[in-house]
Amino acid sequence: MKQPDLTADVAGIRSPNPFWLASGPPTNSAYQVRRAFEAGWGGVVWKTVGHEPAVNVSSRYGSIDYDGRRMVGLNNIELITDRSLEDNLEEIRAIKREFPNHAVVVSLMVESTQDAWHDVVRRVEDTGCDGLELNFGCPHGMSERGMGSAVGQVPEYTCMVTEWAKEVASTPVLVKLTPNVTDIRGPGRAAAKAGADGISLINTINSIVGVDLDTLAPRPQVAGRGSHGGYCGPAVKPIALNMVQQIASDPDIGLPVSGIGGVQTWQDAVEFLLLGAGNVQVCTAAMHYGFRIVEQLESGLKNWMREKGFETLNDFVGASVARVGAWNQLDLGYKVVADIDQDTCIHCGLCYIACEDGAHQSISRTEVPLADFLANGLGTTAVMESGKQTVVAGAGHGYVNRYEIKKDTCVGCNLCSLVCPVSGCISMVEMDSGLPSMNWSEYQEKLARGEVDRIEPPGHV
Amino acid sequence: MGSFRQSQLDELIEKTRLGAEELAQNFSDLHPALTRDEAVAAAARCLYCYDAPCTRACPTGIDVPSFIRDILHDNPLGAAETIFEENIFGGSCARACPTEVLCEGACVDRTLLKEPVEIGRLQRFATDAAAARAVRFFEPGPDTGKRVAIVGGGPAGLTCGFELRKMGHAAAVFEAREVAGGLNTLGLSPYKVTTEFALSEIEPIEEMGVDIRLGEHVDAERLATLRSEYDAVFVAVGLGQTRTLDLPGAGLPGIVEALDFIFPAHLGPLTECRVGRHVVVVGAGNTAIDVATQAVRLGAETVTIAYRRGPGQMSAFAYEYELAKQDGVVFDWFVRPAAFEGNAHVEGIRLQPVDPESFSDAGSTRVLPCDMVIMALGQEAILDQLGRLGQGVFVGGDCESGGAEIVDAVQDGKNAAQAIDAYLKA
Repeated sequence: MKQPDLTADVAGIRSPNPFWLASGPPTNSAYQVRRAFEAGWGGVVWKTVGHEPAVNVSSRYGSIDYDGRRMVGLNNIELITDRSLEDNLEEIRAIKREFPNHAVVVSLMVESTQDAWHDVVRRVEDTGCDGLELNFGCPHGMSERGMGSAVGQVPEYTCMVTEWAKEVASTPVLVKLTPNVTDIRGPGRAAAKAGADGISLINTINSIVGVDLDTLAPRPQVAGRGSHGGYCGPAVKPIALNMVQQIASDPDIGLPVSGIGGVQTWQDAVEFLLLGAGNVQVCTAAMHYGFRIVEQLESGLKNWMREKGFETLNDFVGASVARVGAWNQLDLGYKVVADIDQDTCIHCGLCYIACEDGAHQSISRTEVPLADFLANGLGTTAVMESGKQTVVAGAGHGYVNRYEIKKDTCVGCNLCSLVCPVSGCISMVEMDSGLPSMNWSEYQEKLARGEVDRIEPPGHV
Repeated sequence: MGSFRQSQLDELIEKTRLGAEELAQNFSDLHPALTRDEAVAAAARCLYCYDAPCTRACPTGIDVPSFIRDILHDNPLGAAETIFEENIFGGSCARACPTEVLCEGACVDRTLLKEPVEIGRLQRFATDAAAARAVRFFEPGPDTGKRVAIVGGGPAGLTCGFELRKMGHAAAVFEAREVAGGLNTLGLSPYKVTTEFALSEIEPIEEMGVDIRLGEHVDAERLATLRSEYDAVFVAVGLGQTRTLDLPGAGLPGIVEALDFIFPAHLGPLTECRVGRHVVVVGAGNTAIDVATQAVRLGAETVTIAYRRGPGQMSAFAYEYELAKQDGVVFDWFVRPAAFEGNAHVEGIRLQPVDPESFSDAGSTRVLPCDMVIMALGQEAILDQLGRLGQGVFVGGDCESGGAEIVDAVQDGKNAAQAIDAYLKA
């Protein structure tokens, strides 16, 4: 069997697999990058270098935990490299010699002058690196000094600085965009206009991650004060996916994309690729669990490709881009309703209360007497004998709740299937809506021509 | 009301042969307290069910998903408040409840993951947090001028008094023993609930103004007086002596009743507790398991539970049965005691095998040698000793139910307080 080929190529930068470490703390030094490549990463974007090393504060990171899971979201107020440009260049040069087949891209951020950019591009490219990534994204610290997102938030600046870099660059130039804008396509088009070779996105999202409820200081705190920081981690993935798709689908941009934002699992990575990214960059997950996670990323991707029959990344990169469109293009004649499999239902009632309070009041609750429930041998419910008592999971006060979909009023919103803790218990089943296949615009036209009846509002609310 | 026959134990059975350290280990918490991280991990498994089966299965109706979500979100005091709102003995019940057949038995995670959420231990985590900070969640209601006498200071009576104080009624509890709390304080083996803990859980009840009077025995005559002196009376006197068997040798020294064996572990140091070397327990209810495991933990060399039926008929819960087996207790099924053997002291119990199907005698008797027999056949009813109760007298707890769990007694106390409140307002 021909094995999947994971080789990736973004803007002419090739790597043995599509998994790069994003510019950040994990790519701060040759020591780390060597460990990363040995662990299996296909490329790195070296932590942003500048003419002067930054001075950092302590502490720097804050995180969101969610119901027992750590670091669902992370924010940071760390600046670009705090090491000298010379030290960084020397280490980049050595790493590139040591790992000629891996992608070594260097993130850049310097003062917004043409001379400064010309100088840094020339000196960095002299290391033999494979490409450059212009950091127009960091929302904290550097932006207050006219760099980072201060550039990325103004399309004219983005265009101007990108042009400066392109004037002297001989390797591919990726422009890394900040998500802290109203429409990501603005800076994307500016980068394209300036001749960028590709776009990386997203950088971190402006954020306050939390407040310490003992000290009342924001987190992370520095001597009792905090600052707006860059938010990343699993929580930001949907925002990143949306922006990646917007850039990938924009006919005025047409550039290769390197996808970044909350990639934690192989599924996350595949989603980025399907929505138009040629590779993905990972930071938070590596900060959380170490470089070894690339093994699971690669294994998951490879086996998904085997199952799907994909041989190369190009077989599916961007395959879902065109599936995203305006709401007005969606088919009003399509209908699904929920179906609860009574054989696997555990009677937790989460679907019921979610529908009742949070959706469309389309699940019924019936108290089935315990004796009837047991007589019917319903479901997989655990039954145990103890001390002459029959103990039934899901029962109490002598009854078991039976939850059923009211199919006549269910709007097919998915909510019940999303909250159900049992895999496969609630499925969304297609059914005939009695309407022709038509989008909203077509519906308006058919209405005007008298070809369809007006779709009535739900009657049960 | 359980006369105290410590003297018989003292004189005729030797003290435990184990040292203080080993005893402390043997009687340490059956289920150790959860750390904060353990509690959060355990709480994260709770699905937060709607019309939650666990709550429905709790006799006191504690809102389990609510308190677990409080724990998950680092609000253990809020969790404790939710628990104590329904059950002022929430800490004791967290330790002593048969959760397997109540909240945890109903937990849907038993279906999904084959293991329930550890509701009992989470409840302990929350109630311990409140106890550690000595937080009090309740205050007495505005004084109604009504006075209620409560006969019996066990969980039913004390709960009733506490609830009445919330409503603004005065409550005086008359407890025959010198210790408050009834079987919640004295009747559970200390590896489940320690004496200190049980008594600490009574403090908030006293602080609410429940007037607990110890050493106050109430007979039929005194009850009539209380009826005239108070606006209402709640009778929650519990049960009496363990039932005896009228068999040859039944009066031999060395034959003791279950509660007389358990009580000393609460009333003095474990090193002063007495236990035989070869112990036979008669009966197979949950109390029988308690005394059998306690005998093992006090250093008995062999402990046998003799039961006239089989494992399918015993009233001990499955997890209690497992606990006894783990402790090395031997079960002698389908045998009924025919006689006690011995001269100056019990030396053996004569057992008559019965047919496992018909339960009629089958085969000849045999003697199981022992130097101690503990009778665990359930307690006798004593309510009728109080005569006609009359109007304004309410009854609850074990004396009415015939013997149930602490949590059932608590609910009885709540129900009684509601009924008395309605009566006083009528």
